[in-house]
Amino acid sequence: MAATTSVPSASPISGSRSFVRRLREGDEVARLITFLFAVSVVLVTLLLIFALWQGSALARHKFGLQFFFTRVWDPIAEQFGALPFIYGTLMTATVSLVIAVPLGIGAAIFLAELASARLSDALEFFIDLLAAVPSVIYGLLGVFIVVPLMRDYVQPGLKATLGFLPLFSGPAYGVGFLTAGIVLAIMVIPYIISVSREVLMSVPRDQREAALGLGSTRWESTWKVVVPFARTGIMGSIFLALARALGETMAVTMVIGNTPTISASLFSPGYTIAAVIANEFTEATGDLYLQALVELGLVLFLLTFLLNGLARLLIVITSQRGSGTAHA
Amino acid sequence: MSPRLRWRKFVSGFMLAMTGVCALVAVSVLFFILGYLVYHGGTSINWSFFTKLPTPVGETGGGMANAIVGSAKLLLAASLLGVPIGFLGAIYLAEFSGSKVAFVVRYAADLLNGVPSIVIGIFAYSLVVLPFKHFSTLAGGFALGLMMVPITLRSTEEFLLAVPRALREAAMALGASKWKTIVTVIVPAAYRGILTAVLLAFARVAGETAPLLFTAFGNRYWSPGWNQPTASLPVMIFTYAVAPYEDWHRQAWAAGLVLLGLILVINIVARAILARGIAVPRA
Amino acid sequence: MKRIAGIFLVALVVASVASAQALLINGAGATFPNPIYSKWFDEYHKNNGNIQINYQSVGSGAGIKQVTDGTVDFGASDGPMNDEQLKAFQEKHGFGILHFPTVLGAVVPMYNIPGVTAALDFTPEALAGIFLGKITKWNDPAIAGANKGVNLPGNDIVVVHRSDGSGTTYVWTDYLSKVSEEWKNKVGKGTSVNWPVGLGGKGNEGVTGQIKNAPNSIGYVELIYAVSNNIPYGNVKNSSGSFIKADLASVSEAAAAAAKTMPDDFRVSITDPAGKKAYPIASFTWLLIPAKFSDAAKRDTMKGFLNWMLADGQNYAEQLSYAKLPKEVIAKEKKALSSIQ
Repeated sequence: MAATTSVPSASPISGSRSFVRRLREGDEVARLITFLFAVSVVLVTLLLIFALWQGSALARHKFGLQFFFTRVWDPIAEQFGALPFIYGTLMTATVSLVIAVPLGIGAAIFLAELASARLSDALEFFIDLLAAVPSVIYGLLGVFIVVPLMRDYVQPGLKATLGFLPLFSGPAYGVGFLTAGIVLAIMVIPYIISVSREVLMSVPRDQREAALGLGSTRWESTWKVVVPFARTGIMGSIFLALARALGETMAVTMVIGNTPTISASLFSPGYTIAAVIANEFTEATGDLYLQALVELGLVLFLLTFLLNGLARLLIVITSQRGSGTAHA
Repeated sequence: MSPRLRWRKFVSGFMLAMTGVCALVAVSVLFFILGYLVYHGGTSINWSFFTKLPTPVGETGGGMANAIVGSAKLLLAASLLGVPIGFLGAIYLAEFSGSKVAFVVRYAADLLNGVPSIVIGIFAYSLVVLPFKHFSTLAGGFALGLMMVPITLRSTEEFLLAVPRALREAAMALGASKWKTIVTVIVPAAYRGILTAVLLAFARVAGETAPLLFTAFGNRYWSPGWNQPTASLPVMIFTYAVAPYEDWHRQAWAAGLVLLGLILVINIVARAILARGIAVPRA
Repeated sequence: MKRIAGIFLVALVVASVASAQALLINGAGATFPNPIYSKWFDEYHKNNGNIQINYQSVGSGAGIKQVTDGTVDFGASDGPMNDEQLKAFQEKHGFGILHFPTVLGAVVPMYNIPGVTAALDFTPEALAGIFLGKITKWNDPAIAGANKGVNLPGNDIVVVHRSDGSGTTYVWTDYLSKVSEEWKNKVGKGTSVNWPVGLGGKGNEGVTGQIKNAPNSIGYVELIYAVSNNIPYGNVKNSSGSFIKADLASVSEAAAAAAKTMPDDFRVSITDPAGKKAYPIASFTWLLIPAKFSDAAKRDTMKGFLNWMLADGQNYAEQLSYAKLPKEVIAKEKKALSSIQ
């Protein structure tokens, strides 16, 4: 595309004013068009929030705050409570973080501190690809690989060794909170790794060098100086991962057992907000049923909204700190 | 060397080795996934997978030809919606807007980005499916396009902003109007990054399943036009994977391989484009 | 690169326009009859090339909802629409919706017990107890008592039910409500109930998949799903006291009495019937057809299909383990066809 430039014609004052007007109008038109597109993003987002709010009005008025504390989900009796789903969502997310955070931070430390630049970039490339794998593929692998593994080896093994804990009690179904948590962990690890790696790399060199200069080992300087310095950003990455885990639908519904139960056992089948919406939305006969599901969607939206906001805040704070602004 | 120092050195070596193990575990998951898909899917991919329609329940043979075309149509519709909004909106943010409006738009985009895809599905259902009384490719494309907007918008904006001031000023000095500068100088300078952004957004929504459950629904035949339900690869994978039929499992693996292969190729290509260099100044 | 993209786009447009010649009718609903429906619609398409009836097996609950919302042209369910749902449809559209029975099927208790390939005998009390969560082990006397020759392990029972709105669930819970007072009061009947125990699977397909993979599990599915996947299923004790295996004869007998007293709207339950050899958990399954079609081509196509279904279509039923409709019912339906406008 040739870069054409327009040379304004050398014209008398009156002609130049009309030309300038035309110029400005051209810019004005462009400005207006692009403004409309930009604003449409805002409008659509507002419309979405409005649709969620309106679409759950009946359920909100009927159940009020009790919605969050009722365990019963009974479409026949038209009794809808969100507690089992909130529990399941939080439980699976927690399990996934318990697995993903140590692994993710460990890997990020390796990539940021130990690996050569080339190795670090190469591995980061693969980890970014892991983040691109769609949920349904994780679900596919979950159903055919993870679930049988859990049912035949892992869960019986855990029961044999730690079965006295309520956490590992109950029959080994294969599906359940633990399985869903493991699959989610694999899905969110890339987020923790890539963001943590970046914030770790942005920690100023002098911090490390000061620690080493004072006689610390490599590990001590990393763990006791660098990581705490990047602590806020790492927290941010965890919140991001959490937000992703909460909203996951397909992989979870394929391995969680789809039963609204609240149980202390990790082996128990459960249900998450996203999974119940996916399973029951197209068949919710009756306005109250449908609106209860939309209300669940609203709850999920608010949860992820809060977490994402918090995450970004934390990441921004860390990067500002790390960009070398001197601390007195 | 004192025993304490020896211990500290040991801990240091050990922990650092552990971090290496963590990184290894994380990366090997990807290779495991790929390997498994290639193994199971590769043995199932045959010509009929790409050319045949699904057969009645329980009968073997049959393929996912309609799902492949359906996914292509959905992604086309999504791109037609998501790319212009993201691209033109980003131009506004980068070139024209004041900081207040920019903040609001960016915030809205980030908000939209964080919305779980199932909730987008609910939104698309009430906005497109119900009024038209039809599940349709259009509704599915709408949902997916909505998901493409934030990624395209934010990334494009960043790449536009990264274009050096010198280029803009040179164009202005030569008398070009603002929009002419944008069209002929800035966008071409940032085109690599913009293309990367679009490709990544595309790859992101290519695998989305949840929003399609209530919008594109499903179709055992070819879906004519844009106003009818359509089969799609991700939904077929889901449907076939949870069913008991071995032949369907086989096809689900094959579809998974095709889908993942497509997504990974797009991702790699996008990054390669970016790696070649951003904002090559034009002589 | 641009050329390839261009060719691709053109191909897409052609693909989307070319099949616009065919008449596409969309339906959704029960997974119970999906094997025969998919066969029927496929055969019908083979015989009438320009007609494509796209049926999505998403569960009776979804079928009822979608046809009420008008997002599909017809629905399918094995739990007949109740009065409230009929009223909702009438209010929304200004005309009613008709039930057309298509085949007879059976819901069987299907299980996966390591080492057990025999067909177990289940009493109503055993089934209710298992699904209420009161009977938790396979060697419980309530089950073992009826299966003296079988070596039942002491493993925990894994109950599998439907996670989606299901006509199969309706038939199953309808039966349990009739034979167990406790079930009737505690859980009730419906397409979606508050299950005391168990895992959820999506569709008959999902439940079958779960049971196939999980040892010590039991669930309820339509007969063909157990047969075609070679998974053992049990016999159920009927009201006359005999343990009956679900097959064409026992299902047809279950419908025999109802066939003679079939109401005009065809909504009837045939669970726990009288009849010495009748299978106690059988059901009709219905196509839900709106009484009025705004599109004349669609209406005529539906009528044409229904006529074919009542005649040639019935011949496909038995090879897929569904029982044909009783003659009286077919005759009555043929008359009712004229009320579709």
